[in-house]
Amino acid sequence: MATPMEQLLERRRNAKFHLFRDKFSADVRITVGSATCENAAGSEAVRRRFQELLDQHKPKHVVIGNVGCSGKCDMEPVVLIVRPGELPVKYVHMTPERVDEVFAEHVLNGRQVEKYTMRHEAGMPAADRVISVCEGAHCRAQSSEIQKAFRESLAAAGLAEKVVVTPSACQGLCAAGPVAYVYPDDVMYQHVTPEVAARIVNEHLVGDRPCSDHIWQESRVTNRFAPLYSDVYFFGKQLRITLRNCGVIDPESLDEYLAVRGYEAAVTAMTTMTPMDVINAITKSGLRGRGGGGFPTGVKWNFAASQASDTKYIICNADEGDPGAFMDRSTIEGDPHTIVEGMILAGYAIGAKRGFVYIRAEYSLAIKRIEKAIEDARAAGFLGKGIFGTACDFDIEIRLGAGAFVCGEETALIHSIEGERGQPRPRPPYPAVIGLWGKPTVINNVETMANLPAILLDGPEWFASIGTARSKGTKVFALAGKVKNTGLVEVPMGTTLRQVVFDVGGGILNGKRFKAVQTGGPAGGCMPESALDTPVDYDSLMAAGSIMGSGGMIVIDEDSCMVDMARYFLDFTQDESCGKCTPCREGTKRMLEILNRITSGRGVEGDVEKLLRLGDTIKKTSLCGLGQAAPNPVLSTINHFRAEYDAHIREKRCQAGVCTALLSYTIDPEKCVGCGACAKKCPVNCIKGQPKSVYVIDGVRCIRCGNCFKACKFNAVQRK
Amino acid sequence: MMVSELMKVEDDKARASLPEAIVRYIESVRSCEHGESYLIAVLHKVQEHFGYLDMRQMSAVSQLMQIPSAKVTGVASFYHFFTFVPRGKHKLAICLGTACFVKGAGQVLDKIKELLRVDVGHTTKDQLFSLDVARCVGACALAPVLIVDEKVYANVKPDDVARILEEYGFAAKK
Ligand SMILES: Cc1cc2nc3c(=O)[nH]c(=O)nc-3n(C[C@H](O)[C@H](O)[C@H](O)COP(=O)(O)O)c2cc1C
Ligand code: SF4
Ligand code: SF4
Ligand code: SF4
Ligand code: FES
Repeated sequence: MATPMEQLLERRRNAKFHLFRDKFSADVRITVGSATCENAAGSEAVRRRFQELLDQHKPKHVVIGNVGCSGKCDMEPVVLIVRPGELPVKYVHMTPERVDEVFAEHVLNGRQVEKYTMRHEAGMPAADRVISVCEGAHCRAQSSEIQKAFRESLAAAGLAEKVVVTPSACQGLCAAGPVAYVYPDDVMYQHVTPEVAARIVNEHLVGDRPCSDHIWQESRVTNRFAPLYSDVYFFGKQLRITLRNCGVIDPESLDEYLAVRGYEAAVTAMTTMTPMDVINAITKSGLRGRGGGGFPTGVKWNFAASQASDTKYIICNADEGDPGAFMDRSTIEGDPHTIVEGMILAGYAIGAKRGFVYIRAEYSLAIKRIEKAIEDARAAGFLGKGIFGTACDFDIEIRLGAGAFVCGEETALIHSIEGERGQPRPRPPYPAVIGLWGKPTVINNVETMANLPAILLDGPEWFASIGTARSKGTKVFALAGKVKNTGLVEVPMGTTLRQVVFDVGGGILNGKRFKAVQTGGPAGGCMPESALDTPVDYDSLMAAGSIMGSGGMIVIDEDSCMVDMARYFLDFTQDESCGKCTPCREGTKRMLEILNRITSGRGVEGDVEKLLRLGDTIKKTSLCGLGQAAPNPVLSTINHFRAEYDAHIREKRCQAGVCTALLSYTIDPEKCVGCGACAKKCPVNCIKGQPKSVYVIDGVRCIRCGNCFKACKFNAVQRK
Repeated sequence: MMVSELMKVEDDKARASLPEAIVRYIESVRSCEHGESYLIAVLHKVQEHFGYLDMRQMSAVSQLMQIPSAKVTGVASFYHFFTFVPRGKHKLAICLGTACFVKGAGQVLDKIKELLRVDVGHTTKDQLFSLDVARCVGACALAPVLIVDEKVYANVKPDDVARILEEYGFAAKK
């Protein structure tokens, strides 16, 4: 009988999925982004239009499929066209009208429609080629020398205009470093020196003979799709481990997951490794939990594995409570089988036969996708009794959350799965010892799970070579707010906040001034300009007064008021407090009252000190992480933006013009031309004047709605 | 009447107040290990069917699942997702996730409240709209977003609100 691995490989050979490198595929492949964000941006109409055209023209060898979000949310809907033997082309901001053009030109006739491509829209210089030179931790020392050598050789060869040289993030190939990648040729060079750079220019770019002795030949899960990410300015600074398949394969197809080495890690582990081997590998990789706490995953597993109990459980935490985050949902929507495989690995390691995915009820598409993945895996014999033909049983069930932020906390989550009110309990005992229904239980975050297959496929040493001394691998962030490129970003640990916000994120929208970046959501803090060089890793962010959190990253510009931001987060946590312990229940209420007072102009001297004292007490005496972290947004804004608090309290002034109660509207007699536009818009008729004379606002009756400010075309209405 | 007969009468009453599919679902999970843990799943199904939870349905769930009714209501009231009042014909949800908030969703919410004269969690007098707050719907690139039923409106400004509501039959009182 065929071994489990032989069976898996046989299935993989039969899987119908043709990557762009598969020169033998005769099919033109159209893939349309299909995820919550893509759908909101209108991708369903785009897909329908393609389908109509296909039905109408019935071209041979054209297939259409779905993929999850590729992370470039501000350019959605995104469509990817792959023609046999050619590099993939991404089209952005697609509409049914654009589909007609792309279909006629590119799909049927092989001519790219340059103006709608991601390269074009991202403002990449119209170069023939791009060379990206790694600037990650291991390659950094030589990187600028190498870039210089490339530029000089290019200039000497007269190619300076035609080839762009740009730095890239760690490519996860540190042992082969320094590395340089040539796009669109899709060639990765290893052990590059300034001399090799000169050879690459002369032999490869001029002579069309790639320097074969320096070509990196292996395949890593992270590097197979490099040409897919054609916008090197957004993607080049990233390294995709968690999101390796998102935007590449059809999330609803088991075949496509198999084609990208899906379930290979699980079968390898279950047939060639003992559970302890798996735990040791994960420990060695240095993987730490991505759900916020950063606890070493291998250590947690070890606790659970060493418990003598016949029954143990695995839970995947997909509750994603941070109100500004969507990494976990996108991962599930884009690559659900990875989560199933990760859970199988975790289950095998600790000896659990049952797993649960605890997911928010609001995530309807993600629920649908993970349900389908579980059903397909079960039908294939990857879940259920004797999985993969081994003697092990493992199955997964989905449990829906019901809108309580605190249920992301592990003990509350367990109560919720048990069908109870989702209130936390004191720890220890930790769930790894006493968890679901009293049995040892390992709870891991979605992103943690998604890393597991990659670590086993490419080895713990490889994983541990990426990142910083104490934070290994990458972290996914949901980058949003006042930044140009919004979406999902995955960067090696140790990348600085400045690189994420300005290099990957493209800087602030509309030329405004950067004010702060918020990480960790309602449990985190706001970091000012001076902290922008903080590297993204668990310890550095903590030292800078924020936390890594689960991955929300919100960029704030000068138009936001920091007191109001603090009030926003506290309003959230106050509302979500489960009420079990007094410091959190009452303390957050008191803090919110004070913040409301300050933002409505009734702040008094000493309020900030009261906030500091209350915050300190709540942190020290709350039962669970929600209460313990609730004061963080307030404390960090006081720490970095104290002047704004003082201005609100002492001068009753909101610099950003957000706290409406603190604003006053007056008309500058020098500028007013007496057009009367403001008076017409005033809802309380408190602006008096005659046409052609100066108008005046009655400050007492004014309700500060701001209508006059917007109505005046002469900037005569002043807001302070 | 015997106790068992009384039980049966109660059971039949409970069955009658829930749709057949949910009754069957309850029966299928009740025999599972830790059957009571499916309470939240059952409440999801009931709310999906009726649009909200009322006492009659909750006591039916309590009867059929053999869970004290105080616990059923206790659990239902703990979770924000469950609602005890009928919703309007159209469901408005304004995203107040951090990205939307930073981009001015608060002002959009104020405008909706002003136009509809309704508070978050409530339904307008004419039963046309109910207003809720969402926390990040995953469309941050389109922030601020307003969701009406299933449709997502992107980059909404306070001045757009009246026009959007009019699509659903709102008539501004001039
Ligand atoms: C209030 C609160 C909310 C939390 N929300 C989440 C969440 O949404 N997702 C998550 O994975 N972890 C969340 N956590 C952390 C979990 O308790 C737990 O540490 C984590 O799921 C463990 O997985 P990891 O080790 O893979 O990070 C939350 C913790 C607290 C205190
Ligand atoms: S800290 Fe807050 S959320 Fe946590 S148990 Fe106490 S009251 Fe509940
Ligand atoms: S709109 Fe401006 S210019 Fe016109 S009356 Fe008002 S303040 Fe004066
Ligand atoms: S802010 Fe509003 S109420 Fe005040 S003067 Fe201007 S239009 Fe009138
Ligand atoms: S914060 Fe509104 S969609 Fe994310």
